Amino acid sequence: MTKSSQENALTAGALSIGYQQGAAARYIAEDLNVSLEAGEFVCLLGPNGVGKSTLIRTLAGMQSPLSGQVQIAGSNFQDIPPRERARLVSVVLTETAPIGMMDAYTMVSLGRHPYSGRFGSLSVEDRERIEWSFDAVGARDLAQRQVAELSDGERQKVSIARALAQATQVMLLDEPTAFLDLPRRVELMSILRNLAHKEKLALLLSTHDLDLALRFADRFWVLTPEGQLIQGYPEAIAMSGDFAKVFASENLDWDASVGSFRAHPTPCLNAKVSGNGAAALWTKRALERLGFGTTEGHSKAAFSIAVQGQALWQVEHDGTTQDFDSITELINWIQSQDWSIVDL
Amino acid sequence: MDSQNTAFRRTTLVFLFSGLGILVLAALSASIGSVTLPLDAVLKTLTGSTDVDPVMRQIILDFRLPRILTALLAGAALGTAGLLMQTVFRNPLADPFVLGVNSGASLGVALVLLALAPAGISLTEGLGASGQLLIIFASSAGAAATLFVVLLLSRRVDVMSVLIIGLMISYTVGAIVSILMFFSMAERLQSFINWSFGDYGNVSWSHLRLFAPAIFSGIIVSVLFIKPLDALLLGESYAQSIGTNTKRCRLLVLLAASILAGTVTGFCGPIGFLGIAAPHLSRYLCRTSSHRVLIPASILIGALLSLGSDFVSRGPGLDVVLPLNAITALVGAPVIIAALVKQRNMKRLFG
Repeated sequence: MTKSSQENALTAGALSIGYQQGAAARYIAEDLNVSLEAGEFVCLLGPNGVGKSTLIRTLAGMQSPLSGQVQIAGSNFQDIPPRERARLVSVVLTETAPIGMMDAYTMVSLGRHPYSGRFGSLSVEDRERIEWSFDAVGARDLAQRQVAELSDGERQKVSIARALAQATQVMLLDEPTAFLDLPRRVELMSILRNLAHKEKLALLLSTHDLDLALRFADRFWVLTPEGQLIQGYPEAIAMSGDFAKVFASENLDWDASVGSFRAHPTPCLNAKVSGNGAAALWTKRALERLGFGTTEGHSKAAFSIAVQGQALWQVEHDGTTQDFDSITELINWIQSQDWSIVDL
Repeated sequence: MDSQNTAFRRTTLVFLFSGLGILVLAALSASIGSVTLPLDAVLKTLTGSTDVDPVMRQIILDFRLPRILTALLAGAALGTAGLLMQTVFRNPLADPFVLGVNSGASLGVALVLLALAPAGISLTEGLGASGQLLIIFASSAGAAATLFVVLLLSRRVDVMSVLIIGLMISYTVGAIVSILMFFSMAERLQSFINWSFGDYGNVSWSHLRLFAPAIFSGIIVSVLFIKPLDALLLGESYAQSIGTNTKRCRLLVLLAASILAGTVTGFCGPIGFLGIAAPHLSRYLCRTSSHRVLIPASILIGALLSLGSDFVSRGPGLDVVLPLNAITALVGAPVIIAALVKQRNMKRLFG
């Protein structure tokens, strides 16, 4: 994708977001300059409570910016009448359950409100768009089900179909994957990325699922607790150490060498692990989980494990050697020892 | 699509049967009462034939027909008002009664009957249009005032709290009414208590000239808001995102609801449960959330329940008139319980 061929679907300049509390304003982020381009899938990342939802709500026009302007398709957002606005921007929020005995088809058809007449009757064109939307998220078979009876993942798909039915250029999604299990999250993310690319949608999705965002997003916006917005390609941000700044906490560290977070960065005890393959990887993960650091060398190791294939773990501890047939037995043994009295 | 046809057929059946039920009940109500009249006399009177005993003719035209029309209009109004409030408050138990609207209306009426009564206004006998207007105005204003207090507070709290706030306002207003009653003369008190039992028999043809247009205007407003009401089912944020002016919609819909509930309460007294039961039955029978179906369905089912309750309250075969309020509660409460048990939880019933 070359940047020059893209058009800006949504831009915001000198945008300050936050809440007006009486005369005082509580700023969450100031002087943001962002643009969202047609056909790109951007993930908005940031720790909980940093103001991702506020940014999305402001960009969607549900909340006024404290200063600055949001522009869509070249005109100021506040100047666009509500019905026109609804044809330009659609949203998917975490709160997805409608009330009443509503089937999925009816829910998706509500997305046609910006186009339908006084009483909301659906034209042939409306119906075609609704059916296309169901197909686009792979939820055709859900159309006649009651929304209240759908699973979280199914309901989220229907919710996205509803936003698609609005036929907008820009779609903003606030944590749509929050309550889903991993396969459902992966499915949803790939559906969204494909939609952005194929339909030339400008798609912004907020999430705190960094791992998944790294795999699917075209670009990252990272909102820091200080109210800055870091923008760039996922890999560039991952390598730059910005993640470390933004997400680091007492018991979690960003490990750029493996592209994921690592718990317990300061273990009290080290264990030496030798060996390759899946068995060695999961052995290291088990040790990290139990609070051990892993080393390759022999220095300061409380014990050493030689992983040999999938069925043999040789543990050397206090001068004695023990063999284990499974990782379960190994973990049981590690947990049964009293490591507080180990003298290094 | 196939299932759309079944939905259409189901809705048509619901409309057809409730329409038929209304016709049958209306015929029964017209012929059975303190004096039993033959059905053919009823039919002849209605078709304008002069071949009827003038006394019978008068009973039918001046007493039974206005009562039947009042029952139908009141039921339609309460069913619609209940539906509107359930949608706006996103609460399956919202109805004029639960949210304190009825108590607000009774405060208005109590003020007129008990405090302003020295001017000589009585509800039950030969009221001039101005006295009746005063009571409608008082009850509508009382209803509107409570509704807007509840709405104002509801923006700060969650949905369940709205219900509790409505109840608390009901208690507060009830307490004020009690104090008013404490300082009132016995005869004023009696007319207020009679009003609070609920009765469709006080509305004459001349009253209907006010009653009917007020209710029609409320229903017309709610029909105009079918689309935004559907949008509100998704919640305020979503409704805005699909282009709904939620503030204006809430305001006008609640205005319509308070005109509907306030008018009925003013003319007929506080009548509970129809406002909850009619929309729930409509949702349950039509299996839909679309207001395009639910508004007419609530009108028909509300009218049917209302007429049925009135028919029962006049105790066919008995020589007494039971309090209408008691009958609507006896009909309405089991309907709600049955719907909840059948759906197993509130989320499925409403969400």
